[in-house]
Order: sequence, then structure tokens, then C-alpha cells
Amino acid sequence: MWKKLFAWLDERLALNELYKATLDRPEPKGNWWNTLGSASLFLFLLQGVTGIFLSVYYTPSPDHAFDSIQYIMNGVAFGWLIRGIHHWGATLMVLVVFIHMLRVFVTASYKYPRELTWLIGVGLLLCTLGMGFTGYLLPWDQKAYWATTVATSIAGSVPIIGSFIMKALRGGTDLSALTLSRFFAAHIWMLPAVLAGLIGVHLFLIIKHGESEFPGKDD
Amino acid sequence: MAGSHNISRRDFVKLITGAVGAIIGAAIGLPAIDYLIDPALKAAGKDAWVPLGKLETFEIGKPTLATFTRSTVNGWEKTVNSYGVFVLRSSDTDTLILSNKCTHLGCHVNWNVDKQEYICPCHDAQFGINGEVLGGPPPRPLDRYTGDQVQVTDGKLLIYFRGG
Repeated sequence: MWKKLFAWLDERLALNELYKATLDRPEPKGNWWNTLGSASLFLFLLQGVTGIFLSVYYTPSPDHAFDSIQYIMNGVAFGWLIRGIHHWGATLMVLVVFIHMLRVFVTASYKYPRELTWLIGVGLLLCTLGMGFTGYLLPWDQKAYWATTVATSIAGSVPIIGSFIMKALRGGTDLSALTLSRFFAAHIWMLPAVLAGLIGVHLFLIIKHGESEFPGKDD
Repeated sequence: MAGSHNISRRDFVKLITGAVGAIIGAAIGLPAIDYLIDPALKAAGKDAWVPLGKLETFEIGKPTLATFTRSTVNGWEKTVNSYGVFVLRSSDTDTLILSNKCTHLGCHVNWNVDKQEYICPCHDAQFGINGEVLGGPPPRPLDRYTGDQVQVTDGKLLIYFRGG
């Protein structure tokens, strides 16, 4: 019965092929440094799930952002846990993605035919940093406010177009409700959409080319 | 020795993996559900005696709307909701107090002087002057405040309001 059902589904969804391509593909000799990409993917999914849960109570307006987070921390059952995972997961994700990049650099895995996998990885790193940057403002406390003031001022130090970039980031000359809501939009819609798309291509390329051998003494 | 095992190593590992997975899933999933439904588990009581005004100011024989507001803290914000009851004094001693909340789906009914009916603007429910259903979809008459839900102190009319 179950075998028949599976065969029916497999014929239409190619479940076996998918399983072989993703989980049962040939790997070079085991190395723990090679697991950092999967760790990054796991952290991305974890941030996604906890972030969706936080959005149930969080309110991106200057009047309510801080209060809504206080409520998540003290009023909602397990709110402290969800926000704690999102907070520490964010820090850990930047760290893991960065070490993953270092590993790829050190083992020279970015060379032919994987140049584009590397370039997309650069995009993923920048998006991850963008997530950290935009997410940091959302609690709308003193630390968040001044960190964003400073960071957008740094963006404003670009010659000629600097003040335009700063105004575009802030949604005006100063930090305001507009800054908070555009950072929120970037944090929960734009950057995750770009991240998800790039991750899809990144994974496809990894499955297509397989993982690189660890360089030997002759390399 | 080998023949004494009823379960193969592979099946044992599968079983343990499944069991540990289920425990971890429950440890994460149950708090997650609790997090989502938390406000529903914390419905605050809003019961209180609410003054409607001097009894003598309500005209005899004419339904008069008395409104009041109740505030509750929802999450991080205080929410103020307004409520209303129709007070009908039929004589110096008899007073009928009807909730203005339609028993169909909770809209507020209005007293129509020309038709001498309470009419709900949402789905055209009609109630008589004593709250009885005259037509439309409502399942039961308008709710009444009676007995120990009503008191008159120093000429002031009070009702015991139940929230939620």
C-alpha cells in the first residue's frame, strides 16, 4: 500500500532523484569545515522561523516598537526564548557565514568551475550583513537609534552622492518613523527574498558541481 | 547470540532517531504554539458596576441610549471600547435595561422612533420595544440586565457589566 503510494508520488515528483541529488551525493573525504555551509543554511531557516514568530507581536512604529518588544520579552509565553534565539542566531549566522567564506578561500574552492558559486556567496555575505544592519534598528532603543545614526552617517561619507545615499537609507535627513518602517520592510521582505533566491542558485551550483576536493600536498 | 536480537541495528537506530526527533519536535513545537495563542489564554476580566446616570433623567416610556466606555490593557496598549444599553422606564418603579449589542453578530442596534423597533444596521434585524425578535436573523432577544445586575443608589442607576 505505502510502496504503491510512494511509487505513484515518486513517478511524478522524482523524490528518489531529489534525495540522491541532495542528501546522497558523493562527498570528498569528511571534513568538519565543509559543514559550515549547511550550518549557515540551518541558521537562515532558524532566523526565518523565529522572525516570522516575532512579527506576530512586533510593531514597526516609533510609538510601539520598544513597548511591543518589552511585551514579547515579559508578557508573552516563551517570547524571551523566541527573541533570544533570533538575537543570538543573528550574531552566530554572521560568524558562521564569515568562517564559511574563509574556508572556501583557504581551500581554494572558488576556482574553476565554481567562480559563480563564490560570487553568489559574496552576495549572500552582504545580504547577511544587511540583515544584521537593518535588524539592529528594530528594537528602537538608544543603542539601536545611535548605532543606525552612526552607520548611516558612514554611508553618508561617500564622496558626491554620500548625502543622497544617507537620505535614501534614512528616508529623510534624520532618523524617523520612515527609517524604522523602511528598515523593517528591508529586514522582513526585501533582503530575505534576495537571500532565498541567491541561496537557491548557490545550492543548485553546489549540487551541479559537487564539492571540491581538499587540496593535497601537490596543489 | 545474534539470533536472540529481535530488532536489527538499523531499525534500532531508526527508532531512536524517530523518538529523539519527536521529543525535540515537541520541546520546540509546544512552546511555539503557546507563544502564538498566549493572548487567548489571558483574557482579562472587565466585570464592574457601571453608572448610567440619574434614574430620573430617563424619560418614561421612551428607550434612551446610555453609553459608557471600558478600558483594558491589551499587550502593550490600553484599548478603550465603548458600549451602550437602552434604558426604558415603563413607570416610576419599573425599568427595562437592554444591551444594544445585536444577538446575531454583535453590531449595535438603534431605536427607530417611526417604526417603534430596534433595528440593526448590519443585517436588518428587528427587535420589539422589549427586546423580542420581530424579524431578521437574530437567534434570541436582546440581552437584559435584570435582578442583581441592576441597582439604584442615591437615585443613580448602575448595571453590573460583564466584559468578554
